[in-house]
Amino acid sequence: MLSWDLRQDALDIIMAGGSGHIGGDMSVLNALLALYKNHLRITPETTHDPDRDRFVLSKGHAMEAYYAVLCHQGFLDLEDVKARFNKCGSPYIGHPNNKLPGIEMNSGSLGHGLPVCVGMALAGKRDGRKYRVYTILGDGELAEGSVWEGAMAAGHYKLDNLCAVIDRNGLQISGSTEGVMGHEPLGARWESLGWHVLEVNGDSIAELDGAFSQAKSLKGKPTAIISRTTKGFGSPLMEGRAEWHHRLPTAEEYEAIKKDFQKGKEAAARE
Amino acid sequence: MNKIPNRRAICQTLLKHAATDKSIFALCSDSRGSASMSPFFERLPEQSVETGIAEQNLVSIAAGLAACGKKPYAFSPACFLAARSYEQAKVDCAYSGTNVKLIGISGGVSYGALGMSHHSAQDIAAMAALPNMRVYLPSDRFQTEKLIEALLQDEKPAYVRVGRNPVEDIYSEGACPFQLDKAAWLRGKGEAVRAAIIACGEMVRPALEAAEALAEAGISASVLDMYCVKPLDREAVLEAAGLADIVVAVEEHGPFGGLGSMVAQVVGECCPKRVKCLSLPDAPVITGTSAEVFEHYGLTGRGIAKTVKELLG
Repeated sequence: MLSWDLRQDALDIIMAGGSGHIGGDMSVLNALLALYKNHLRITPETTHDPDRDRFVLSKGHAMEAYYAVLCHQGFLDLEDVKARFNKCGSPYIGHPNNKLPGIEMNSGSLGHGLPVCVGMALAGKRDGRKYRVYTILGDGELAEGSVWEGAMAAGHYKLDNLCAVIDRNGLQISGSTEGVMGHEPLGARWESLGWHVLEVNGDSIAELDGAFSQAKSLKGKPTAIISRTTKGFGSPLMEGRAEWHHRLPTAEEYEAIKKDFQKGKEAAARE
Repeated sequence: MNKIPNRRAICQTLLKHAATDKSIFALCSDSRGSASMSPFFERLPEQSVETGIAEQNLVSIAAGLAACGKKPYAFSPACFLAARSYEQAKVDCAYSGTNVKLIGISGGVSYGALGMSHHSAQDIAAMAALPNMRVYLPSDRFQTEKLIEALLQDEKPAYVRVGRNPVEDIYSEGACPFQLDKAAWLRGKGEAVRAAIIACGEMVRPALEAAEALAEAGISASVLDMYCVKPLDREAVLEAAGLADIVVAVEEHGPFGGLGSMVAQVVGECCPKRVKCLSLPDAPVITGTSAEVFEHYGLTGRGIAKTVKELLG
């Protein structure tokens, strides 16, 4: 139910700001929501607590979904984000800005989040702290070599306090990921670098919750959650279509997408 | 002749503090030997991180450590650190504002005959172009120690370039006046001179030698050790330029975007005067040891003095 409201919030933020990465927003929103709502130990009051869990959105372009979740969790004010997103002089830009409460690192350029999280996880290990470190990567992002430098190091240092989610929606701006640069067998690639691998249907929050819980109990290795998702999830207008990577809906499309989200919410309520 | 390279002075300084300050971390990319950091890795393994030959990872991991309160010093040859991991320096350090100190070792043409892949003649320009990134090229081991001591006290990113080989001392124990981001006057402060020579890093020694040779020939010259290339000590540049007929900047770097460019920018804007930039060429340098390379391009005391004489007619 909640996820549908947040989809609408992300859409409204995009419409207010006049741009956004709507396709990836919709595929990654469930993972962001599950993480912030049920797993990540961080609140607006604990953003500087040394024992807080850390999160870095490596696929930083999914910022509108992240705004929706950060607003819901009380880090940011939704009306303020909508009023100022993309506006001249605004702190609400199209990628994570760590001047905002709750955002640890700036990102935007791909292939940075995982190696940064390796540093965070190493710090936690060396300090004997119990916090966990999470990052979410896009699947197109996996073509960046720096991702694999980070993956290699996480395996080498056996960082079982680190969990990386791969938003496996199968599409990137030019088309299918497998057509642009293949990643399969994806799980085997991560396993070969010393990772536990879990695969879930990432369009299901329940499945994501299960994976995040399981990851906490997996010791000796970092965990990669391959979250198989649908780009543009929630509206048949957008689902599985690469052109919705960062397309701005027309007024008509907006109404259609809004209706689809409403239907999704009603269906969820019936379940 | 001093036998301690600046890189070893960094290791010694960090070791002195890291035994009690457990937040000091050293990271190497299979470069602990060339960085003279093996003693640190042996004595403080819990504060050491090896990333393998992966400079992008080196810098990002350092940024992650810094985001969790550590004071990471990331060591890698300057040629790789300022190029291969440039975007990590830009995004994870400068843009995110993490307390990462990037230490470019074997800078400039230290690697001599290994060729252009191993020379860092663009690092000053590249790093100085990043907002929120500072750039330092200390001239000798004493200044290197003072610089590291000062950098340990702040929480902002910085890039430090040192050479591979020991360099003759400029200063001495107990006689190394140092103020962070303020150039050090080595000759001619407050004096009207024919030439003001502004140098950084390993070029400070030949700049001094040039001034001495010029003095013997009856030509006065001041010398400024501009170890702080960014933020450039504009006040000192203008003071030196204002009291001289010509300004000569000397650096172990390509001709664009380095110390010479910055000095010319400031002098041109505030105190127009002839500025000569002595540097490496905009081309792969000739094959040779660093001393041979310097000789070839006139980056020696004799070469600098000759240029000054020519400029003054």
